[in-house]
Amino acid sequence: MAIALVLVLIVVGSVLFHFLSPWWWTPIASNWDYIDHTITISFWITGVVFSAVVLFMAYCVFRFRHREGNRAVYEPENKRLESWLTIVTAIGVTALLVPGLFVWSRFVNVPSDATEIEVVAQQWQWSYRLPGKDGKLGTSDTREVTAENPLGIAPKDPNGQDDVVVEAADLHLPVDKPVKMLLRSIDVLHDFYIPEFRAKMDMIPGSVTYFWFTPTRTGTFQVLCAELCGQGHPLMHGMVMVDTEQDYLAWLGQQQTFAQLSAPQQTGSANPLPGNTMASALDVAAKVETVEAR
Amino acid sequence: MVDVTPADAVPPAEVGEMELYHPHSWWTKYVFSQDAKVIAIQYSATATAIGLVALVLSWLMRLQLGFPGTFDFITPEAYYQFITMHGMIMVIYLLTALFLGGFGNYLIPLMVGARDMVFPYVNMLSYWVYLLAVLVLVSSFFAPGGPTGAGWTLYPPQAIMTGTPGGNDWGIILMLSSLILFIIGFTMGGLNYVVTVLQGRTRGMTLMRLPLTVWGIFTATVMALLAFPALFVACVMMLLDRLLGTSFFMPAIVEMGQQLQHSGGSPILFQHLFWFFGHPEVYIVALPAFGIVSDLISTHARKNIFGYRMMVWAIIAIGALSFVVWAHHMYVSGMHPYFGFFFATTTLIIAVPTAIKVYNWVLTLWRGDIHLSIPMLFALAFIVTFVNGGLTGLFLGNVVVDVPLSDTMFVVAHFHMVMGVAPILVIFGAIYHWYPKVTGRMLDETLGQFHFWVTFLGAYLIFFPMHYIGLIGVPRRYAELTDMTIMTESAHHLNSFISIIAFLVGFAQMVFLFNLIWSIRHGREAGGNPWRATTLEWQTPQTPPAHGNFGKELPIVYRWAYDYSVPGAKEDFIPQNVPGDFRPTREPA
Repeated sequence: MAIALVLVLIVVGSVLFHFLSPWWWTPIASNWDYIDHTITISFWITGVVFSAVVLFMAYCVFRFRHREGNRAVYEPENKRLESWLTIVTAIGVTALLVPGLFVWSRFVNVPSDATEIEVVAQQWQWSYRLPGKDGKLGTSDTREVTAENPLGIAPKDPNGQDDVVVEAADLHLPVDKPVKMLLRSIDVLHDFYIPEFRAKMDMIPGSVTYFWFTPTRTGTFQVLCAELCGQGHPLMHGMVMVDTEQDYLAWLGQQQTFAQLSAPQQTGSANPLPGNTMASALDVAAKVETVEAR
Repeated sequence: MVDVTPADAVPPAEVGEMELYHPHSWWTKYVFSQDAKVIAIQYSATATAIGLVALVLSWLMRLQLGFPGTFDFITPEAYYQFITMHGMIMVIYLLTALFLGGFGNYLIPLMVGARDMVFPYVNMLSYWVYLLAVLVLVSSFFAPGGPTGAGWTLYPPQAIMTGTPGGNDWGIILMLSSLILFIIGFTMGGLNYVVTVLQGRTRGMTLMRLPLTVWGIFTATVMALLAFPALFVACVMMLLDRLLGTSFFMPAIVEMGQQLQHSGGSPILFQHLFWFFGHPEVYIVALPAFGIVSDLISTHARKNIFGYRMMVWAIIAIGALSFVVWAHHMYVSGMHPYFGFFFATTTLIIAVPTAIKVYNWVLTLWRGDIHLSIPMLFALAFIVTFVNGGLTGLFLGNVVVDVPLSDTMFVVAHFHMVMGVAPILVIFGAIYHWYPKVTGRMLDETLGQFHFWVTFLGAYLIFFPMHYIGLIGVPRRYAELTDMTIMTESAHHLNSFISIIAFLVGFAQMVFLFNLIWSIRHGREAGGNPWRATTLEWQTPQTPPAHGNFGKELPIVYRWAYDYSVPGAKEDFIPQNVPGDFRPTREPA
């Protein structure tokens, strides 16, 4: 008997929890509110099904519980009922799938005016590369990676010389401009994930993957790695600042190009790159050790 | 449907009885036994023992997540070793081994009316290879560098690199070797289960008279025989990459400033191989649970399972479809995005036969005579958790919804609900149901009630709220949740709450273990058929059944497995081996 009551309580409790709990998705900061809408549709359809099935069970348990002299009804099949249920289920599933596929086709088809920005992951930090004045990113190869060329940009490719390199620092993006994130890793799998943007994609050494989005509000957003990448995985944080056009250009003006960075010691001690690479990598390693030593 | 008289469905004996190997000594009777029932108990005991290790590992994880920074010994390295071993043990060494090696061995011969498995010697070998696989796995806890911390999915390249615990030590080597052994052992057992179901059935036991338990285990075994080879080759290739420096899965890599020697391999190929095995694996665990729970519900509601033929076809359809949905685990893996359209469609199609099964369980309760025994309670709890977990699967299977939710705690909550909690609730229900046949005594009812309520409500309280932590965006496999801007104070409190409940649920399992051991001697005497069930295992002359299962003559089957509450019959059940006129008017032929 208790079980019938508990089944009802589970439904009521789950629904109340859903609407009242403080744990919900973060305020969105990209164009992917389509995805949020699809999740909302999914919650409604599945919520109704869950409640209906469990409440019906509760009713059956209460109504048809064993009492002296009771006997079950003998009913092996009911073709009509089974067909109806199959059809209704198929409709429900279609109602979930169709909007989902529609949004997916938007997700995978990048608008032609999206700016390409490259994210390069390594254990356990994020670096970025932006196209220079030519608007093109130069080719890259993991085999080219050295302390002086941490992103493995092909030194002989003229397109790469004016690429802006942001090594192990924060990325800035202009608000309301679509961006195509080209994702690359030089060691293991990583996944570039910013909860507020809703999008994420794995990065695979040896391949370039991508996703696109349009930041819709300014602010500071934390980058998380969403694919297990070794013991530094939970500490592999980064920052993306979404700026107004003006702030963005100001930031961009301070960044150095690949040519500037690889010019042999022209900037002398002012060039922070090789030391910086090691410093930040060691920084994470030290962080890992601190956690371990704790 | 062809209308046949019962006698028509009992063909004459075509082949003679199989000769059994009768043990000559204590060793061949209880240790190196060829009796499927003894092998089943060996499998079950080993799986339970290693499962306890995985339970303790889950406590250690929950200590870290619920009370971050409190326990010094849980380093990120250790944390990743805990999650990896917990996941692998639970999925492969506990669930797969217990459902197929445990329940499969015990129930298949008894339920189809066979004296034993068709190849008893190979069946025995199967267990000993499994035991070896478990020992190799356990040895990795004591190896230099400890077990692997690559996550149970073992994705390369990190699985065999220095940044991952056990990556360039023994951990990953022992894990891969253990899996290879497991697959070899399973194949020996699996061939047995399939051939026994196809060739070892007694006279009159047509395929459409098989209890759904047998259908579930049989289909799962066929799937496992087709799916495990993909994991097998993936393991062999990764071992070669790790030991001989080949590059099946390893592209050019710079590790901590050092160029590695590998080049040209494909990390994503491993993921395809892994999930070609891994997704059917979900159903390898689920289908036996589906089958068993159907029989529990039918028996304890004193009513035939509703829509038996539809249930059989749903099992087969799910089994077949589960081979074309694997890449729904890889929507954000970087595979070609157009795959998403195909795999989302197949994945959501699989919801239809699955939903039919749920409807039919619930409709079996409708107008039944529901006895709220412990097995029935667990069956009801299974439906709740399975429906819950199945429905969140519609989120994750719907490719674009998966994008924000993938790799978050939502996924963890989903798969624990649907392939952790739900099948384990069935296992518990099944143990309360069949323990009387295995030991001749009932499990203690009071302890059983305690075990049920704490386990069911606790598991729901753990995994239902966990979805919402994932909805915030908190990734899975994070040893540290500090320094994360989206992780609010209240979410940390929720994590502490989940951890406390997890310890309670774990404690309830100790009570269950105590019940299992205590009742062997002190449980109430059960008799041969305490649940008044129809299937053949309850009709054996001895309880527990002797070697050879049935007496001099094998039973002859005259009816399907679900003749409960047949109108006009004196009792509310008619065993399958009882001839007579109480033939249901609408029995599936």
